[in-house]
Amino acid sequence: MATETLKTPSGLRSKLRMEHVSKVFDRDGKSVPVLDDINLDVSEGEFICLVGPSGCGKSTLLNLTGGFLAPTSGSVTIDGQGVHGPDPRRILVFQERGVFPWLTVEGNIGFGLSKLSRVEREQRIAHYIQMVRLQGFEHTYPSDLSGGMKQRLQVARALAVNPDILFLDEPFGALDSVTRLIMRGELLRIWQTERRTIIFVTHDIDEAVQLADRVVVLSSRPAKIEDILTIDIAHPRNISSPRYLELRDELLRKIGLAYTV
Amino acid sequence: MNSLAKPAGWEKFFWPLLAAGLLLAVWYYSVVWTATKVFPSPLSVDKGLAGLLHKHVLWADIGDSLRRVGLGFGAAAIVGIPLGLTLGWYPALNQVVNPVLQFLRPISPIAWIPVAIVFFGVGDRPAVFLIFLSAFFPILVACVSGVSNVPAIFRRAGRNFGLSPAQILTRVVFPAALPQILIGLRIALGVAWLVVVAAEMIAVDSGLGYLVIDSRNSGKRYDLVVAAMLVIGLIGLALDLGFRSLEKIRSVRWGFRHES
Repeated sequence: MATETLKTPSGLRSKLRMEHVSKVFDRDGKSVPVLDDINLDVSEGEFICLVGPSGCGKSTLLNLTGGFLAPTSGSVTIDGQGVHGPDPRRILVFQERGVFPWLTVEGNIGFGLSKLSRVEREQRIAHYIQMVRLQGFEHTYPSDLSGGMKQRLQVARALAVNPDILFLDEPFGALDSVTRLIMRGELLRIWQTERRTIIFVTHDIDEAVQLADRVVVLSSRPAKIEDILTIDIAHPRNISSPRYLELRDELLRKIGLAYTV
Repeated sequence: MNSLAKPAGWEKFFWPLLAAGLLLAVWYYSVVWTATKVFPSPLSVDKGLAGLLHKHVLWADIGDSLRRVGLGFGAAAIVGIPLGLTLGWYPALNQVVNPVLQFLRPISPIAWIPVAIVFFGVGDRPAVFLIFLSAFFPILVACVSGVSNVPAIFRRAGRNFGLSPAQILTRVVFPAALPQILIGLRIALGVAWLVVVAAEMIAVDSGLGYLVIDSRNSGKRYDLVVAAMLVIGLIGLALDLGFRSLEKIRSVRWGFRHES
């Protein structure tokens, strides 16, 4: 039984598990239910996208799994252990302005590495600068970087501390559509070289179908899991293939949108 | 001149110099036309200034004024920055102390002069105390608001990377608030320079403020009064420009609006 509970439906080792998770906020004396009985099992190395109407509680869900909030009821466990507070083993990447403007690219990536020796730290920094393709910008400050570069920097800063899980909260939401497309490709490339579990919040249906192994569809508030859609297309995905369009339409239908403008 | 066009190199200096020259001319001809016996013309001020420099009293007075500002401002920074960071870090504590601070803040340092003399007698100490008071509040207020304006996202990132509260304060909150703290320090230095002149008109017998009041009292030497005023203005300008150059340091530059 013990081994059985650590398996996910896909048969891989379970990384993150949410059981009957509910969250009620207290606003001006009124209780506002945001999440209602969320059950989700994420396997190790899986790429999960959370989609749902805006304001439905996607970010709240991410904050619960990241340990920044505690659930009102239910439990969040990672590797079988309860989540009690933030932890460098799982890093949250924010939508924008998450990098520290007073540090250079190098300083930002090295931010979480103060416990390493200088040599190790420099190697780690160099490795991730290479990975997110910011070579030549080591000593540049974020104010001199483009939006896409800043987000790559934020991802590099997160990866540098070697986390098991990355939580990304609409990380490309503030970028223009072309940069967004490039960034998705970059993220997939990084995910394929350094297999981490990724929970990715987005309101962009295409983004979800392009990136995810499974897309979790949330309902409007209080959010429940409406459906979970497995994206059974191998990477690199052809975004005009019939299967892609089929899945995208299905997803649009699930969140209650017509697919004509 | 089109406001969109970049001024040519020489224009950057030419127009301000022309304005200054015109002002001097207005001053000069006003003195000549009104035939005043009291107010000095630019030429006699210039002579007075040369005389002061020649007798070496000016350098000693400048040194004394700068020393008092340095001590008072330095003490205000040493006390005000940690206190401001603490109050910004603990909003509950700030709510307790804030009403008293807001009540003390609008009291002009000049009003403290009698109190300063009662506390510290005569000499440097009451003057330094007044400068301390005048610089303390701008520094404190800038630190408190600097810390409370640090975006929550930065603190959360700090927590996420496993920093202790003390590390979050030193590695996240302080650098994030630093641009605003620098602005507070610059304002405080300006106020301190204003107040030193007033402070030196009482309780001490040196410094630029003393030079102003003494020149008037001993023989109505208004040429020296105005000469001292010009020196005060020049040094104030130099202090401000010097402080502004700190804003160009790369790790704080993001917090200031600079073209480019």
